[in-house]
Amino acid sequence: MTQYLDFEKPLAEIEGKAEELRALARSNEEMDITAEAKALDDKADKLLGELYADLTPWRKCQVARHPERPHCKDYIEALFSEYTPLAGDRNFADDLAVMGGLARFNDTPVMVIGHEKGNDTKSRIERNFGMARPEGYRKAVRLMELAGRFGLPVITLVDTPGAYPGKGAEERGQSEAIARSTEKCLQIGVPLISVIIGEGGSGGAVAFATANRVAMLEHSVYSVITPEGCASILWKDAEKMREAAQAMRLTAEDLMRLGVIDRIISEPKGGAHRGSDATLKAVGRAIADMLGELDGKDGAALVKDRRAKYLDMGGKGLAA
Amino acid sequence: MNWITNYVRPRINSIFSRRETPDNLWTKCDDCGTMLFHREVSDNLNVCTNCGHHMPISPRERFTALFDGGIFNEVEVPKPTPDPLHFRDQKKYPDRLKAAQKQTGEAEAMLVAVGEMGRTPIVAAAQDFSFMAGSMGMYVGNAIIAAAQEAVKLKRPLILFSAAGGARMQEGILSLMQMPRTTVAVQMLKEAGLPYIVVLTHPTTGGVTASYAMLGDVHIAEPNALICFAGPRVIEQTIREKLPDGFQRAEYLLDHGMLDRVTARTELRDELINITRMLLGLPPAVRGDLPPPQEGGELDHALSDTEAEAGK
Repeated sequence: MTQYLDFEKPLAEIEGKAEELRALARSNEEMDITAEAKALDDKADKLLGELYADLTPWRKCQVARHPERPHCKDYIEALFSEYTPLAGDRNFADDLAVMGGLARFNDTPVMVIGHEKGNDTKSRIERNFGMARPEGYRKAVRLMELAGRFGLPVITLVDTPGAYPGKGAEERGQSEAIARSTEKCLQIGVPLISVIIGEGGSGGAVAFATANRVAMLEHSVYSVITPEGCASILWKDAEKMREAAQAMRLTAEDLMRLGVIDRIISEPKGGAHRGSDATLKAVGRAIADMLGELDGKDGAALVKDRRAKYLDMGGKGLAA
Repeated sequence: MNWITNYVRPRINSIFSRRETPDNLWTKCDDCGTMLFHREVSDNLNVCTNCGHHMPISPRERFTALFDGGIFNEVEVPKPTPDPLHFRDQKKYPDRLKAAQKQTGEAEAMLVAVGEMGRTPIVAAAQDFSFMAGSMGMYVGNAIIAAAQEAVKLKRPLILFSAAGGARMQEGILSLMQMPRTTVAVQMLKEAGLPYIVVLTHPTTGGVTASYAMLGDVHIAEPNALICFAGPRVIEQTIREKLPDGFQRAEYLLDHGMLDRVTARTELRDELINITRMLLGLPPAVRGDLPPPQEGGELDHALSDTEAEAGK
């Protein structure tokens, strides 16, 4: 049973009615409810299509944060073989908000790194809701460097509300860790590909997503601050997150227009959480395509292209 | 009070009320509250002569004190597309920009200059916290790239004074993209073998700290400067506990290994001269009164000499 978002309430009602009807029919065999149930299903399906055809930016944030949306772990299990997690930053700890390691993608050895939010209370706490501490970024730096030395393409999967704002994280140099991770992204002489699979939250996302190619799922969001954060600063009211989400241009479509991302990956009707398999496959195809685009480029050219891409970025604004 | 007094009062008030402490004569220390003679404070680089508190200083004032004889040439910064997102919160972004320009007399939140500091040719960039909280948008990104390119072109070190509340939210994702952009600028300097010295001033936070401000060869902070990624309020709300005294202040970061030094503004110039000259392998700076550098030929000549030395 899917968890409904607030704007899906009318849909929940229809689907609830169809469910009730079916339950009734099960207990009463003489009843023929096929036609009614089908009518309700059709109505629900149509409504779902309508709701998702034109999601407002704030609704996209809600979809991007949906607890049942496929997470990094799901992508790694579905798209990679021989996944061998590598742990630790060799300084302080292993941060479970960031997972990564060696793996094969279509038989090619690669390094895969991503934020993992967890999928139940226990794993969410373990994973700190996908909010990395400095150790997470330093682990990523270590893995990227390793990949760079052995010529393995790096694939990053971004899904984080942002870097963790905590006491220890600050004491151990959260800002420096993020800066070094972005720097490493710009240094490695191997293809670097990033997919924003859920939330691309601020510096915590940039630290992984400074890539040769950046793709974004249709209902993912990528922004400098959460809409709630932006609203509380500029509107002095966190409840103005809808307005903030609108103003910030955090949807895949806007980011494509701004030249910040290179590709949008479509989601099934009703969002990735209503069609995990299709979403995982679509992301797999996009990664393969993007790796193909970079095929044959040597390390120096990859670094040069990546830097040029970011130096030129945003020059034309929305007119781009 | 009727509607007329309501309407007229604030305007009259604004004309008379501030006259108790004329701006041009007296300054009140933000920290100890001592009334200080304005000239005395500005001669002391806006450091309180009573308690040593570092008050804000504009990039222009800073450069005047930093460069020999107060002489520097501004480096032109390419203008970005204005209001790239057509952003509007309670006010329109262009209106906020105009207000900041009027208030500060500056075009944007960063000033880049070339000149000599203790006869050491440098490029310097300084962020202006009074301009929309020094926030990093396309312009600041362009300024840092321009500064790095100028430094590489002239083979000079870059000294950067950071001060920012973080990213310019009105430029949304494009402000976030200044993190990788400015990181590329830092890489240009490193590859050219040029020193990149960051002076972190109060406050340096958010995406600025998490990019160019933490990638320096040497990190110096001004005393008691707030330096952080997430601000103390956000952290207190997240972890629901009181933070220790001095948390995220310069001295605290020094203790935690994130900085090389904490240096008072009044001693900063000498320290910067020493550090850059040592990194460049130049002989010790000549101290004491130097003849003021002259416009034109002689300065250029002096510059090219030192450059040749630096380039060896």
